[in-house]
Amino acid sequence: MNTAKTEETTTLQLVLAWGFVGIPLALGVIQTLINAMKLFQ
Amino acid sequence: MSLLSFLDRDHTVAKPGFSRWMVPPAALCVHLCIGQAYAFSVFNLPMTKLLGITQSTTADWKLTELGWIFSLAIFFLGVSSAVFGRWVEEGGPRRAMFTAALCWAGGFFVSAIGVYAHTLWLIYLGYGVLGGIALGIGYISPVSTLIKWFPDRPGMATGMAIMGFGGGAFIASPLSVWLMSKFSTPTHVGVAETFIVLGIVYFFFMIVGSIIVRVPAPGWKPAGYTAPVATHRLITRNDVFVYDALKTPQFWLIWWVLCLNVTAGIGVLGQASAMSQEMFPGHITPVAAAGFVGLMSLFNMGGRFFWASTSDYIGRRNTYFVFMVLGFVLYCTVPHTGSIGSVAGFVICFLIIISMYGGGFSTVPAYLKDMFGTRYVGAIHGWLLTAWSAAGIFGPVLVNYIREYNVTHGVPKAQAYNTTMYIMAGLLVVGFICNFFVKAVDARYHMAADDTRGEEAVGAEA
Repeated sequence: MNTAKTEETTTLQLVLAWGFVGIPLALGVIQTLINAMKLFQ
Repeated sequence: MSLLSFLDRDHTVAKPGFSRWMVPPAALCVHLCIGQAYAFSVFNLPMTKLLGITQSTTADWKLTELGWIFSLAIFFLGVSSAVFGRWVEEGGPRRAMFTAALCWAGGFFVSAIGVYAHTLWLIYLGYGVLGGIALGIGYISPVSTLIKWFPDRPGMATGMAIMGFGGGAFIASPLSVWLMSKFSTPTHVGVAETFIVLGIVYFFFMIVGSIIVRVPAPGWKPAGYTAPVATHRLITRNDVFVYDALKTPQFWLIWWVLCLNVTAGIGVLGQASAMSQEMFPGHITPVAAAGFVGLMSLFNMGGRFFWASTSDYIGRRNTYFVFMVLGFVLYCTVPHTGSIGSVAGFVICFLIIISMYGGGFSTVPAYLKDMFGTRYVGAIHGWLLTAWSAAGIFGPVLVNYIREYNVTHGVPKAQAYNTTMYIMAGLLVVGFICNFFVKAVDARYHMAADDTRGEEAVGAEA
């Protein structure tokens, strides 16, 4: 059982968590967009 | 603290001060990994040359044999989400995510042995069965947790996670191609090593998600949030037990709504490249068609977030009405774009259609929450995903066989898909009717306050 009274989430933790999933996703999306541009060439 | 107790639901309860915005990235850690399934096709061609290296030999596996790997995985996604739904709901998201990570990585490792030993049934067992179970458990694991953290925006919350499932392929596809190029030699195709690296990377990612995830403490509400006072007839305040939900007409009507919406989308998703080239010969080249498929994937992912978030404002049933009506109009328009040679019209139609295909997946958890309450929504969602498995068979079969029938009966290739488009439009009419008949669940299915079913879950909630 949790015994500590608080578990304050810091801004750094939020940035790290979102960056952990956001950066790979953004790289993948950019790569896909570059490939998708071939439709208009 | 032992591993088992760390995974326990009680140890997942958030303490005061924990930000709910940590939960969507935790969910994305899992969904981005299992979304790799959409990119599995990048292994198909390399796996037909494991022995011949530069070209297939007679002893090499055939594409038709390899196609079963993905089909098995999707089949077991539906089965496992239904079978393990209640276990996921009652055991909490951390245990489910951890189990999904073990199965997903294990599936890759078993498949790597299968590739190394050139034994196809090991890949069926690894990626198909183990991987499929990971897909099912992983897919539903964060759903009810997100709904509980975001009572003010349940559609947006589940939309973010399920968007990750659509986006997983964007990471997996280039990563897999790059890894295979690194491990390949003139005498060896680097599929087995790629599977091992992917297994390790995905395991790490999913474990991070399982560590981050928390369930809200009993009675927790977002700051400043007050539950709407006015009752909405299609948003219940009661809970329905998972097996009772299966007895309601509402569950089966939504099952058909999802199945028909997915059938309409999945059929064209798999055939988009060939369809665009055959409908516009000389205008859309294979390279441009590949770009079109990439663009469709982006709209599939974006639609998951957009439509689920929109449903928070216009309501779930209305969102599905939009899918059915707009989808009907667009499917009927596609043959016309082909006849007038409008590539832009064709592309726009399919991008909107595919966004609604993704939106159908991401909006349905909140629809179920509205109908059956939050307590067993994950487990009920698990059962509903059998509609996806069914649609995975109906959709491609409809598109492929009707096209084949038309071509063999002398219909020009450019017009061979017209009948299919009208049939898809017809399916959406049936979906509209099913959605129309969705009413509030009868009070006799509501759980009583002293209902002891699912004691574990109650223990964490109460």
